[in-house]
Amino acid sequence: MSTVAPSKPKPNFLHRPRKPYAHPYFGGAVLGVVLFLAFLITGNGLGSSGATSRIAVAVEDVFAPSHVDNTPYLLNMAGGDKNPFDDWIVPLFFGALIGGFSSGAIHGRLKFETTKGPNISTRKRWLIAFIGGTIFLYGARMARGCTSGQALSGGATLSAGSWLVMLSIFASAYAVAYFVRKWWN
Amino acid sequence: MNFPLESFNAVSAANPWTYVVFGLIGFAFGFTLEMSGFGDSRKLAAQFYFTELTVLKVMFTAIIVAMVLLFGAAGLGILDFSQVWVNPTYLWPGILGGLIMGVGFIVGGFCPTTSLASASTGKIDGMFFMAGGFFGAFLFGETEKFFTEWYNHAGSLGRLTLMDVFNLPAGVIVLLVVLMALFMFWGSEQLERINSKRDLNKEPKLRYAGAAAIAILAVGVVVIGQPSLETMYNRTLINRTLTPEEAGLEPVKVQLSPSQVLAERYVQITPVELYASIYDNSLKVVMLDVRSEVDYNLYHIRGAEHISIDELTTYSKDLVAHYLPNRVIVLMSNGETDATQAWQLMVASGVKNVYILEGGVNNWIAFFGQDDPAIQPASLTGTDETLDYVFPVALGDQYASCDPNPQEYEELEYEPKIQLELRRDKSGGGCG
Repeated sequence: MSTVAPSKPKPNFLHRPRKPYAHPYFGGAVLGVVLFLAFLITGNGLGSSGATSRIAVAVEDVFAPSHVDNTPYLLNMAGGDKNPFDDWIVPLFFGALIGGFSSGAIHGRLKFETTKGPNISTRKRWLIAFIGGTIFLYGARMARGCTSGQALSGGATLSAGSWLVMLSIFASAYAVAYFVRKWWN
Repeated sequence: MNFPLESFNAVSAANPWTYVVFGLIGFAFGFTLEMSGFGDSRKLAAQFYFTELTVLKVMFTAIIVAMVLLFGAAGLGILDFSQVWVNPTYLWPGILGGLIMGVGFIVGGFCPTTSLASASTGKIDGMFFMAGGFFGAFLFGETEKFFTEWYNHAGSLGRLTLMDVFNLPAGVIVLLVVLMALFMFWGSEQLERINSKRDLNKEPKLRYAGAAAIAILAVGVVVIGQPSLETMYNRTLINRTLTPEEAGLEPVKVQLSPSQVLAERYVQITPVELYASIYDNSLKVVMLDVRSEVDYNLYHIRGAEHISIDELTTYSKDLVAHYLPNRVIVLMSNGETDATQAWQLMVASGVKNVYILEGGVNNWIAFFGQDDPAIQPASLTGTDETLDYVFPVALGDQYASCDPNPQEYEELEYEPKIQLELRRDKSGGGCG
């Protein structure tokens, strides 16, 4: 007597069973060791917003090279024959993309979806994600670093300025959270 | 003291494998962020409604683990902390930028790096955040010119650590930060218990062992302490490219101890070289005169600043804080003894590109002031550190030889000894 088992999608590289996230303290400890090794080997910490800026400048440099050469802030990164990608943060940025993808693949979390609060439409979530990204990166360039470059890296090297940046980020996020609570809860 | 490795001072196509190493670091970074759940905006936003405090737990665990290892390694002499990038403090742009970022965080549900972990695993909101990020960075690049003065100078305090602010040793600050983090972890768990009915009994008991371990390590960092100036001096290595004359056939790159450099006289520059470098536009020469104020007032090279040995420690910290890649420090005393002592102190403090005026101010006068009838050799010469000349009046830098006429000394020949040694520094900040 044999029954035909209901056909299940065979697990493959892109479709593995979804695994739970790592425990926060464990994840944090691994991240801490990575951050330490970065400092030990290279003298630099972690970051990413600088690469966003450099990629944006690289695109501008293709379309309007003379504009880049006439704007001091952009000139520093891509003026003349300077290559905006000649900076440690650029390989770090692409490495992080591949690393995130790999972890997602190994733990069965690769899926096209939108992560959002229960009471907000998908389209509105996309819109606020875009606006939030714009605001965040504007602030990150002003503060010379984001949550990684300032809060995490500067936090570990005990930079006074970085601790101030970190406090400012949390203070304003908590202050604004109440007004946008419908987006998340 | 070999870490951090010199070869990572500059990333460029000339050194392709540095791309690989930074790429691997980025890989590990992205992997851990995704692994911790930061690809999901709900997990990040929950932090700000006190329902799930994963962001705080991951971030502060990472900070304290990295910090304890970092200052432990520095204390043990494995790592030179003066060569580690410490984000310079720009008070007001930092605070305002931080406040803006907080708004972006709660509105967008990500921070820049977590949006990478999110987008790379197929989250469409993460992709939108990334796209918005490029637009924001573009906007900043286009608008920076309207407030560039403020952006570059408002509350610019250079390399400033919490140790400087509170005037406490690094170990003590490390321990205090660890204790504060552990208290915050406890508080976070209580909040999760109250707001989300999380059963703390199901949390792994191992976390208590982890907390104890990190606290013990932090106490260890206090006990080891940070290296003294003398230890730092002994551990310092100076990079030099030896010329064919010095090395034999080919130029050779070497790392030398400070005492070797002094003994081989690689940093004692002649009056002629000092004179030429003052007129070299690619260098920013800072001349420091460490003699007594009396001698300084009698005669000094124009542009030389008077500084006492006691003031040098503070001044050196300032130089390290406000790094300039093309700055050359030239120390001078009447002879060389006092200038050499000052050199040792500055090198131990991590200042790069420090030189000594060979033979001191006496040698300068012997070369440039020999024709000045007003300056006469002293009848009695004392030790190395006495001024060998007598002056009719204390004119300071008003003697002709204090600022020799460039036309008169146009074609001076010398063996250049000054070599710029670059320190790790990022013009755009730690985050690029």
